[in-house]
Formats: sequence, C-alpha cells, structure tokens
Amino acid sequence: MWDAFGFEFVNFYLIPGLVLGCIYALGAIGITLTFSILRFANFAHGEIMMSGAYLSWTVMAIAGYAGLTLHPLVAMVPAALLVILLFLGTDKFFYKPFRNSETIKVVMASFGMMLIIRSAVQVIWGPNQLTFVRGIAKPNPVLSDLSSDLGMMLIIPNKHLFIFAGTIIIVIALSYLLNQTRIGKAMRAVSDSPDLAHVTGIDVDKVIRATWIVGGICATAAGVFLVMDVQMLETTMGFRMLLPMFAAAILGGIGKPYGAVFGGLVIGLAEELSAYPWIGDAPLLSPGYKTGVAFAIMVVMLIVRPQGLFKGRSF
Amino acid sequence: MEAYVGYFLYFLSLLTVGGIYAIFALGLNVNWGFAGLFNVGIVGFAAVGAYTYALLTTAESTFHIGGFSLPLPFGMFAAMMTSAAIAGLIGLICIRLRADYLAIATIGIAEIIKLILKNESDITNGPRGINKIPRAWEHFSEERFYSSWPMNWFGTPENWEAFFGGLPHWYWQPLFAGTVLLVMYLIYCMLERARTSPWGRMMTAIRENESAARAAGKDVTRRRIEAFVIGAAIMGLAGAFFAQHLRLIEPTNTFDPAKVTFLVWVMLIVGGSGNNRGAILGAFLIWTIWSASELVITGSIDLISNIFTSIDTSLLVSRAGFLRMMLIGILMQVILQRYPAGILPEVRPASPKADKKIAGSTGETL
Repeated sequence: MWDAFGFEFVNFYLIPGLVLGCIYALGAIGITLTFSILRFANFAHGEIMMSGAYLSWTVMAIAGYAGLTLHPLVAMVPAALLVILLFLGTDKFFYKPFRNSETIKVVMASFGMMLIIRSAVQVIWGPNQLTFVRGIAKPNPVLSDLSSDLGMMLIIPNKHLFIFAGTIIIVIALSYLLNQTRIGKAMRAVSDSPDLAHVTGIDVDKVIRATWIVGGICATAAGVFLVMDVQMLETTMGFRMLLPMFAAAILGGIGKPYGAVFGGLVIGLAEELSAYPWIGDAPLLSPGYKTGVAFAIMVVMLIVRPQGLFKGRSF
Repeated sequence: MEAYVGYFLYFLSLLTVGGIYAIFALGLNVNWGFAGLFNVGIVGFAAVGAYTYALLTTAESTFHIGGFSLPLPFGMFAAMMTSAAIAGLIGLICIRLRADYLAIATIGIAEIIKLILKNESDITNGPRGINKIPRAWEHFSEERFYSSWPMNWFGTPENWEAFFGGLPHWYWQPLFAGTVLLVMYLIYCMLERARTSPWGRMMTAIRENESAARAAGKDVTRRRIEAFVIGAAIMGLAGAFFAQHLRLIEPTNTFDPAKVTFLVWVMLIVGGSGNNRGAILGAFLIWTIWSASELVITGSIDLISNIFTSIDTSLLVSRAGFLRMMLIGILMQVILQRYPAGILPEVRPASPKADKKIAGSTGETL
C-alpha cells in the first residue's frame, strides 16, 4: 500500500488539502455565524482575513525593529484584537444603520466594505507582495524519522503542524463557547429565532458583538494560517478565499459551525485532490481550475440541497 | 487650435466611456432596479460580451481561436446572446433562492468566467489577451476592411487609402462616441417602454411584495429570469463596446471586479436605482468624477514634486489610485445611508387606465 504512490498522494495532495481545508474552515465559521445571527452574507469577510494577516505582518515588523523575532502565532494575538475592533467599527458605522431594513441593503454595504478595506490595505501597505516568513520550510525531522521507521514517510513542515494544532484548538474553544457558556447559548438561540430570543430577554446587541468577536478571531487565524502556508502576503488573497469559504458555509449548512468546519475540510480536500492524476498521468483537472471546484460544489448544493449537509437554515 | 482639439477629444472620450458605463448601468437597472436581483457578476457578463465580440470580429490570428473576421454588428449581437445564455443558466439555478445566494452565485460565476478565459490559452490566448480588436468607424481605415466587400465596391484600396489619409487621425472619435450614445439612447427608450408596460408594473409588484404577486397569479420565477437575462444581454453589449474602446483585452486587469462591477453599482445607486434616467446620470457623473480626479491627483502630485523637490513622489503615484477607489467606496456608503433613493428617485409607473389626478400624485401619468 505505502509505496511511491502513497507517498506522493499523502504528502503532496492529502496534507496540503487538509491544510487548505483548515483555513477555509476557520473562515467559514465566521461567515456561517454572521449569516445565521445577523442574517446576511458578509462579502467583506475575506478582506478582513487579509487585513488580519497584514496587521500580523506589521506587528512582526515592529517587533523586528525592536530586535525581537516573533512567531506569527504570537503576532496574531494583537492583530486579532485590531481585527475585532475593525469588525465592531464596521458594524457600528456601516451595517447597524440597516439592521431594520431589508437584508439586501446590508449585503450591499458589505460589498462596498470589501472594496474599501482592500483599497485601504493597498494604500497603507502598497499593492506589491510582501514576504511573511523567509526561507524554505523544512519537514519536521522528528515526525519524518518516526514515520519512516514505520514505513510511511511523512514530510510535514512545522508550519503545517502549527496550522493543524491551531485549528483544533480554536474549534474546541468554539465548541466550549457555544455549548457551555451563557453567551454561546444565546448566540445559538438568536441564530434559531431572533424574535423568540428577544422575547426571552436575550440581549441581541450583545450577541451580535460576540459574533463579530468570534468571527474576528477565526478570520485573523485563517488569514495568518494562509500566509504561513504560502509565505507571502498579497492584497487579492482575501477575495480569492471568499468563494471557497461561502461554498464551505453553504455545504455545511448556514448556522452550523461544525458544518462549516466539515465543509471547509471537504472543499480544501476537493480542491487539492482534483489536481491528482486519478486517471492516467495528467492531473484530473488542470490546477488553474482549483477555484472552480469550490464553486461547482456550491452550485450542486444549491440545486440539490440548499439547506446544506447538516440541515442548516435555507432561505 | 491644436489645444482645442485636445480638449474636444478628451470630452469625446469622456462621453464614450461614460456612455459605455451608462449601458452597463441600464443593464444593472433591469436586474436590480426593476426586479430586485442583486447581481454582482457584472464583470463576468462584460468579459463574456467582450471576448465573444473580440473572437468573432478580429482578423485571423495564430494566438487565439479564429479571428473570424465577421461583421461588427454581428459580433455585438452575438455578445448579447452569449451573455444572455449564461445568465439564463444561472437564473434557472439560483433565482428561486434568497438574494444573498444569487449574489454569491453571480460573484462566483464572474470568477469562473475569468478563470476559463485565463486558462484556455488555445481559445483566448490566456493572460496575454486579444489585441487589434476592430473599433467601429475606425475599422474602415484598416486595410482588411477597405480591400474587401462591401467597401471595395465603392472604391479601389488606393482611393480609400488616399481618402482616409486626407481625414484627421481622430475622425472616428466623434462617430464612435455618437454610436455609443445612440445605442444607449435606444436601450433607454426600450427600457422606459418596458418599465411603463404591464410587464414593468408586474416587475415592480414582484419586487415589492413577492407573495402578493404570486397570489395574484404571476409567474414570479419566470419573470425574474426574464429580467436577469435581459439585464445580462445589455451588459454583454456594453462589454462589446468596452472591448472596442480598449482594443486590447486580457482577463485580469481589464476585467477587474473593482473597476467594473463596483463602479457600475456605485453609478446606479448614486443616480437612483429603478430610474433609467438616474442610471444614465449616475454613470456620466461618477465617470466624470472618476476621470477628473485622476487628472487632479496627477496634477497635485506634479505640483508637490515641483515645490518639494527633495520628496520622492513615487510612493504617492503608486498609491493614489487606491485612495480614489476607497473614497468612491465611502461615497457609496454615504449615499446608501443618507440618500437611499439616489439623485433621481424611482417614479412608479401608473396604469394608463388609472385616474390621472390620482396617478399624478403617486406616480407617473402617461
């Protein structure tokens, strides 16, 4: 079983697929929560992710001047705080005025925010690519030694291990928040029925703030993980992530955070595995069409099962 | 004299591009203003129209498929049809879902179209794009046109060459601008007719209260697909004009969602969604602001670099364009919050049979 075929499949398709899946999953959590609690598709989510990554880069650069080398995961903490402020500010000035009007107005406002945030990032940091972490990522020696002793050589760089660990920690923390804490339960209640939640005395504004905070943390993590993976920053990356994240949220069912995680992993794996030479030697699908896979899955879901795999909300 | 010609030509190009954007905005008005369909894939329909037109009308080329050298009006007609066909397909799938999903689907389809244009190099020449796209009126002075039917019927190639040699090199510019404006006007007339017709009133009814319209026996899904397809066809036509104006198109920078989709949305919102005149006004207004601000910004950067010679202005030059985009975005947010109806608010068409006095107070009388 574990021959050259397995080595190539696992290391060059499966693991990158899972890494990408983790990133999509974290982004999709924010989208699915916003969609179910605030009831609109937030087009600015990808750009928020991107700005989180740029903020982390800035924190690292400032620390670099002071002679400190910060790990991206450490730099992520102050960046996440700024992203949460950005989210709350956007909500206050651009989304809140439309809370009682038709939802499409907010979607429009978020579409405008997408362009405003991207242009702002381009004004501040310039349109060119920036490097995040220099150098080639070497595979983790302990893991590759251990696995090659077992006859299954795994070459996973440290950055991927960090991404896996980070995603698992965030998802566990999220499930604790949603199931055990008062605010988490309130979030689920608002997601199920805002009117009923309001009647039972839940502070909807507080729930909305909590949603932005959770979404902001997840979005920053997703942005930082993405640039850790590709090792560079560019201003279009948020927009490129947007469609797969929507696809993941719809696949898992709107309003289902676990569904979003599952959907993210499926979309990530599907994108990477679509380039695997399943039939013959050529890739099944030209790598240029990777983004198309997410869209195709989303369209199929919208036709067959708009409520998603986990029975989310369908509008 | 020379200087006046320069101003005149600048004004003409302002009219041309403004007119093309006005056609886009009219198309979006059918989608959003009439039927309330949130289409954020304008750039995709524009790209489909532009590429269809370019492939059908360019001279034979080794870089991309064809170059079928077909007549220009046929190319424009085909651009409309392809765009409409794609819209029909999306409409069948997504229109029955809530508006958010349509928005996601249209933004997705626009990206997929760009992906196809970028990857299918054999057909579209990939990221290098298509050049030498014939522009209406200017194409008459190209050799392949005046040496073939029907132009060779009227004169020999030598005669034509001498004729075009005698004209100023910008002779086509007023004619092209006129064509764009004429097409814009024709579309405007047709849409005004559609808006005040029973079809248009039904559209308003569906947009305002879907369940009531459904209860009154209207085929909501079908009407919405109709509006979506008609809007997309108009956008495809605008895309064909866009290709003519640019003469060189490629998938990434020409069809940047920020500069097409977003700008057209801002135009419609500022002008007044639901109002065809508003769409046209918004398009010319925003385009004038957009291109005038470019002049102002370049001018002020020049001024700064002349006064403070020690400052390196290259940073300003590279960032100014993004700042402009950001300000346009903020303008849209302000309009959306403060003046949601736009400059020219929508006028509800009243039934021709309605009492003129009553109709006069609530809507337009005919």
